[in-house]
Amino acid sequence: MAGSTPVSLSADAPASPQLAVQPRKARSISPALETWRRFRRHTLAVTGAIVLLILVSGVLLGPYVWPVAINDIDFAAKLQGPSLAHPLGTDDLGQDLLARMMYGGRISLAVGFAAMLVALTVGVLVGSVAGMASGWLDAALMWLTDLFLALPTLPLLLLVMYLFRDSMKKVLGVEGGAFVLIVVVIGGLRWMPVARLVRAQFLSLREKEFVEAARALGASKVRQVVQHILPNALGPVIVVGTIDVAAAIIFESTLSFLGLGFPSDVPTWGSMLRDAKDYLDIAAHWALFPGGAIFLTVLAINFIGDGLRDAFDPRRVL
Amino acid sequence: MNAPLAPAEDLLKVRDLRKRFAVRGGIFSRTVDQVHAVDGVSFEIGKGETLGLVGESGCGKSTTGRCILRLIEPSSGEVWFQGNNVTRMGGDELQKLRRDMQIIFQDPYASLNPRLKVGAIIGEALTIHKLAPTQKAMEDRVVQLLETVGLQPDHMHRFPHEFSGGQRQRIGIARALAVEPKLIVCDEPVSALDVSIQAQVINLLEDLQEEFGLTYLFIAHDLSVVEHISTRVAVMYLGRVVEIAPSRELYDNPLHPYTEALLSAVPIPDPTVKRKRIMLQGDVPNPIRPPSGCHFHTRCPIARPDCAQRVPELRESKPGHWVSCHYSG
Ligand SMILES: Nc1ncnc2c1ncn2[C@@H]1O[C@H](COP(=O)(O)OP(=O)(O)O)[C@@H](O)[C@H]1O
Ligand code: SF4
Ligand SMILES: [Mg+2]
Repeated sequence: MAGSTPVSLSADAPASPQLAVQPRKARSISPALETWRRFRRHTLAVTGAIVLLILVSGVLLGPYVWPVAINDIDFAAKLQGPSLAHPLGTDDLGQDLLARMMYGGRISLAVGFAAMLVALTVGVLVGSVAGMASGWLDAALMWLTDLFLALPTLPLLLLVMYLFRDSMKKVLGVEGGAFVLIVVVIGGLRWMPVARLVRAQFLSLREKEFVEAARALGASKVRQVVQHILPNALGPVIVVGTIDVAAAIIFESTLSFLGLGFPSDVPTWGSMLRDAKDYLDIAAHWALFPGGAIFLTVLAINFIGDGLRDAFDPRRVL
Repeated sequence: MNAPLAPAEDLLKVRDLRKRFAVRGGIFSRTVDQVHAVDGVSFEIGKGETLGLVGESGCGKSTTGRCILRLIEPSSGEVWFQGNNVTRMGGDELQKLRRDMQIIFQDPYASLNPRLKVGAIIGEALTIHKLAPTQKAMEDRVVQLLETVGLQPDHMHRFPHEFSGGQRQRIGIARALAVEPKLIVCDEPVSALDVSIQAQVINLLEDLQEEFGLTYLFIAHDLSVVEHISTRVAVMYLGRVVEIAPSRELYDNPLHPYTEALLSAVPIPDPTVKRKRIMLQGDVPNPIRPPSGCHFHTRCPIARPDCAQRVPELRESKPGHWVSCHYSG
């Protein structure tokens, strides 16, 4: 980022300007590359990234290695602990937990990332418009943001799910309808901090001299935003985005827990946890795996967010 | 004003320019006060001339420069460029003006987008004004501009953070030159630079002026920087011009007490020359409530009672030497 390697002013070679800097052989270091370098030095963040990568590739590729049906009921093998036949054990219907974990992980992670994208998109749009427009439009948008912030999340969530679940089911099928609804609701309830952050960034960036220079050259507002303001505002937004992924995964678990998420026969990490809670004393593994997976994912993502924040912050010396 | 055209030799004419900024506060962000940043400034700049604009920090120099470029909308007053009223321009006309007037900034770090390569920074103007029909033409022009300001062609592939302050300032100059402007507002272009680099950048600006016939409004907060480069110098105090004179004349025969005070702070190379040393009393008053009458009366060593009542007009004391003081000149 700007000034991450501040060259001291006095480092100017007083010699003739032509000789001031010898062309270096090394490839030019872009701000993105610089950020990546700083991120790489953040051990926890790198560990988090590796853990997340393993989890994601596990749920994506795992089913090909372990092609077991998620709804293969076998009462003879119910509530078993880990074994060769069922590496993560079985649930109360004797269904294979490893297969269900991988299927449920796909849904949970997809919900997390999709909800994050919704929150970021809405937040960046609202924040950008508010940050560029001053006056009544800015005031109206910020009023809207505050209104959403003041809404009580959970009751609203219940209401929306209750009202729209059936109509969405008709259009997109049972799973698709639930997915879209959950993503929209979670994303729709988490865009406000992003909007505020983006607006604050815009207010400060649009007064920066390089943006003023663009104005002096006749750059349109769109050009100022796309070329100059937004790219410099995105760092902190990405950090908030990572936290949103984790929050959405937890939110989905809460919904599942309340029976408002996906249909009960569709496994997600959250719903598995809910189903397992009645058997904690006789089949602890059943709760342990989805619970551990949620915990690991959220922790990994938070560490990644931490690392990104440090990497984007030019004042922070690693 | 009933639209008199500026004389042919004046490239820029500023007439009674004023800019008030609203100071917001209290609940509901009401406008509670106004900063009189620029409070009736008039001057003109001839073609090929350099007008130095000097004054303490916060006296409204940058605001004046930005109003001229319409980066800030002036509250009132007029700016005439080549006989056209800039303050009335809109749309296409203003867009065309962007090619004629450019600005160079003080802070070499804040003035370049850290996420763009130098080639993209300098080339942006060419894209905006469609000055390069092909990618090749664009690159050629960027290389040419880099060489003009004393940088190297391969610098276009680098990012701003890989350059020193002086080099960044050169990049900013190349960006301004890309549209082949006639007037450049240099807003303290060397104030943030190391002393050894200052001279290089000033020399570059002088060379460019000669090569391209540029006209400069050269802003600085101390007289020593301006002396070298300016044809004429205007001294500002709290949003008003208090004295304008040809550079030599201003240094040899300052008329306004404020100019004298500023000059007494400038070291004189010749130790045999004695200059009376004037120390200013107190701080610059708050521009939210500037002093009545002559803005300078709270600090003026020769002030008399009526200075607080009557605003002194800028008047021509000698040919070409203007001063705004009731009792000096
Ligand atoms: N955008 C703004 N909003 C409010 N006040 C401003 C703004 N820009 C400048 N000012 C005020 O106007 C006065 C003149 O500022 P400026 O033109 O930057 O002075 P200079 O360039 O001579 O240091 C200062 O008091 C400053 O605080
Ligand atoms: S008008 Fe009065 S206060 Fe102002 S500079 Fe002249 S003598 Fe000083
Ligand atoms: Mg300034």
